[in-house]
Order: sequence, then structure tokens, then C-alpha cells
Amino acid sequence: MAPVPKIRLGGVKKRFGDKVVLDGVDLEVAPGESVIIIGGSGTGKSVTLKCILGLLEPDAGRIEIDGEDVTKLAGRERERVNAKIGMLFQGAALFDSLPVWENVAFGLIEGKGADRKSAKAEALKALAQVGLTADVGEMWPADLSGGMRKRVGLARAVCARPEILFFDEPTTGLDPIMGDVINELIVKTVHEMGATALTITHDMASARKIGHRIAMLYQGRIVWAGPVADIDRSGNAFVDQFIHGRAEGPIKMAVRA
Amino acid sequence: MPVLAPIGRAFLALLAVAGRLALFAAAGIGHAVRPPYYPRLVGKQMLEIGYFSLPVVGLTALFTGMVLALQSHSGFARFNAESAVATVVVLSITRELGPVMAGLMVAGRVGAAIAAEIGTMRVTEQIDALTTLSTNPFKYLVAPRLIAGLVTLPVLVLLADIVGVFGGYLVGIYRLEFNPANYLKLTWQYLETLDVVSGLVKAAAFGFIVTLMGCYHGFNSRGGAQGVGVATTNAVVSSSVLILGANYFITAAFFGT
Ligand SMILES: Nc1ncnc2c1ncn2[C@@H]1O[C@H](COP(=O)(O)OP(=O)(O)OP(=O)(O)O)[C@@H](O)[C@H]1O
Ligand SMILES: [Mg+2]
Repeated sequence: MAPVPKIRLGGVKKRFGDKVVLDGVDLEVAPGESVIIIGGSGTGKSVTLKCILGLLEPDAGRIEIDGEDVTKLAGRERERVNAKIGMLFQGAALFDSLPVWENVAFGLIEGKGADRKSAKAEALKALAQVGLTADVGEMWPADLSGGMRKRVGLARAVCARPEILFFDEPTTGLDPIMGDVINELIVKTVHEMGATALTITHDMASARKIGHRIAMLYQGRIVWAGPVADIDRSGNAFVDQFIHGRAEGPIKMAVRA
Repeated sequence: MPVLAPIGRAFLALLAVAGRLALFAAAGIGHAVRPPYYPRLVGKQMLEIGYFSLPVVGLTALFTGMVLALQSHSGFARFNAESAVATVVVLSITRELGPVMAGLMVAGRVGAAIAAEIGTMRVTEQIDALTTLSTNPFKYLVAPRLIAGLVTLPVLVLLADIVGVFGGYLVGIYRLEFNPANYLKLTWQYLETLDVVSGLVKAAAFGFIVTLMGCYHGFNSRGGAQGVGVATTNAVVSSSVLILGANYFITAAFFGT
């Protein structure tokens, strides 16, 4: 018998007004697995993560975490489930009113009730992992560069050691070397903590490095999913066009001259 | 009737907003009375709402008291009732102008700041981030502000009352040449506890209205910097109107006989 998937999406649909964004997404992520979601800009990758977290309510379909139906959870129940998940937002979403280290330690202090001193030590450790020094910890989010914000967001996501990690474009806006440091960190986190990861990225080098499997989202559905090794011989025209970044192909970008 | 349709629609829209606001307020209060509590945040908000409003509220009260003394003196001189100045000043300030002026000033200062801060948190996904870190945004953001507004405004208004009466006293003594001892005696003579208490009850209500409207509009803001601007304006305008409306009903409840 196959193990219960850590995350399972079945026929998830979401529309905004009459704009259909997700049109029946099916996806399974096994425990300890790292799955990458690729897909064009605006295809609903971030919306998918927000549906799993309960930040958006799907119009139809079912979302399970550890076999538990979480689609309609709210309040305390939702908090209990979300405590398993760490999320890096696409725009980092750091709290402006708190210094960097308190941002990183937030999940420990508020979520798990840790005392501030030990939480700070943990936060500084997490910051060091993403290449940020202790003096950055004393700075305010507004004073950071875009790439630094992203890394602080990453440190915040992993600091409380959640079982499940969502990364929305973890390497976007980073230089290639720092991008690779982040890739290694994600690999290590998944490997050492045994965490399950779901990552959105446009960076194919990063996808190959951190993913076990890749799923491609197009027009509201997963059009292809398979092991990373198979990505170059997927036999899927959408995937081929996407990974080679060709303007010509079955994917039509809504661009008008 | 084509004329009635838009009126009906506007009325229904108003009811819908009132309903949403009532639900929002109920959720805010519900979270304020149930643990976990955030005393640090309540303290911070009390400082923000109370302490930093002292200068503007104090100045407003001072000038209001001074003007009241001048106006009532010149008006009452027409029927030789100048001796009523002290009574008019103290009753107007404690019952009406202290709480209303302070409420309106705080609406401009604090209501706007709350709406802008929470609105920015909404559009930059910080509120979503709170949820993913197992922290309820109502508990963390709304409840501390409501509590702080409710308990801080009465203190602020009590001080405003004192400063306002003092303003009237200054003008009475130095400009209208009342005898100081006599002016103070007249001030106390007809003042009843209920005059002050009704003003403080108003203050608590206004504090609740201002913080509630700031949180409500901030929470529901949409669409980037412009949306936050709209939320700020709406927070100030709606709390000012609600303050004046509530003022009538509280006055009627206390003194309507
Ligand atoms: N709250 C919302 N209200 C209305 N429309 C929304 C909302 N959130 C997302 N959308 C729409 O849903 C679509 C998918 O958005 P999403 O953020 O998931 O894209 P994405 O795949 O993450 O793209 P990118 O790679 O550019 O981040 C977009 O067209 C967007 O306009
Ligand atoms: Mg996105």
C-alpha cells in the first residue's frame, strides 16, 4: 500500500469573477518529497499554494494534508494544520513593524510560545544559513534589498522547522551564487529535516537541483508531472517549450504587437 | 419606478456594509476576550493612541475652552447673565466638546494611521503571512487596537476636560476679569458626576469606533497603494460620521428624559 500523500489536491478549481484560474488541479506530494511547480506567469501557481494554506477558498475540489481534508477548515483547526507549514511568499511579506530577527523568530515566539532569548538564537542561526549576519538581524525590513528580503523570508519559513515547506520563487532576484546557496539550503532542509517541499520557480537550474519531481501548470491544470530526470524527454510540447524558453510553440502568450 | 430602484439598491448596499461591519466587530470583540492575549501589543497601541495624541487633543481642548468662555460671555451679556460663563464652559466641555473634539482628532490621527498600517499589511500579504505563522490576525492586529481605543480615550478625554476648563478659566480671569476664586466656585457649583461620566462613556464609545473603523477599512483594502489611500480616507470619514451619530444617541440615552 502506498503511503498517505503528505499533500493531495483533487480537482481544485478557483475563479476570480469570470476569470478561471485553476480548472481542476490534481497533484500528490509524498512525504519527504520535493516537488516543483513550473508554469507561465499568471497561471495560478501562487493561487494554488494559497488554496492549500486556506488563504483562498477553492470553488470546488478537495485538498488533503496528511490524509485529512483541510478544504473547509477555519479558526483553531486551520491554525493547527498551518503550524505544519512554513511559507516563503513571492514578495517575502515581512512584517514591517518588527526587526528582522523578530520576523524570523515569529513562528517560534507567537506560534510555539518559545521565550524570546532562545528564539533569537534560533533566528540568528537561520539567518546565518541564508548568508545574513547578526547585524542584519537588528535591521528593519524596509532597509533591506530585495534579495535580502527574500532570504529573510526563507529563514522565517524554515526557522520553526515545519514538516511542509512552500517556497514561492525562492531564487528570484538573487545573484547566481546566492541562488545556489539557497538551492543547497533547500536540499539540505528537505534532506536533513525530512521535510516535504513544494516550490514554485521559473529557474530551471534551481528546479533540477532541488526537485525530485516537476509538475507543469498550464491553463488551470497540471499538464505534465514526472521525475526531474525525465524533464528533457517528457514528450510534452508544453514542457519542452517552457524549459527551453521558446516564444514559438503550443503555449500562446497574450502579447499583441 | 426607475427612481426608486437606485435608492433601494443604495439602501441594500448600506445594510450589507452594516452587516459586515457588525460581524467584523463581533469577531474583534470575541478575540479580544479569549486567550491568547497580547499585552505587549495592547501597551504599544495605548502609547500610540493615548500618549502621542496628548499634544493635539490638549491644544484642541485648550482653545475650545477659551473660545467657549469668550462666546458665552459676549452672548450672555445681552441679558446680563455673564455669571453663567463658568458653568457653561464646564458643562459644554465635559458633556460634549471634550469627548467629541478628542474623538474627531483621534479619528484623524489614529484612525488614519491604523487603516494605513493594516491596509499596507493586507496588500503586501503580511496578514496572510500571519496566518501561515499560526497567528490569528484578529487577535494580533484588531483586538489590541480595539482594547487600547476603548480604555485610552476616556483617560485622554478626562485630561482634555481639565485642560479645556483651564482654558476657559484663563480667558475668564485675564480677559473677562472674573474673580479667580469666584470663577472656580461657579465651575464646581452646578457640575454633577453624571456630566463627567457621560462624557467618559462617550469617549470609550468613540475610541471603539475609531479603532474599529481603522481596522475594518484597513483589513478590507484592495489594490495596492491607491487602495490603502482609499481605506485611510474611508476610515477617517466613516469614524467621524459615526462619532457624531453615536454622540446624539448616547446624549439622548443619558439626558433625553
Ligand atoms: N486576489 C485575487 N483577486 C483577483 N485575481 C487574482 C487574485 N489573486 C490572483 N489573481 C489572478 O489569478 C491569476 C494567477 O495568479 P498567481 O499569482 O497565482 O500567478 P502565478 O502563477 O503565481 O504567476 P507569477 O509566476 O507571475 O507569480 C492571475 O491572473 C491573477 O490576476
Ligand atoms: Mg506567483
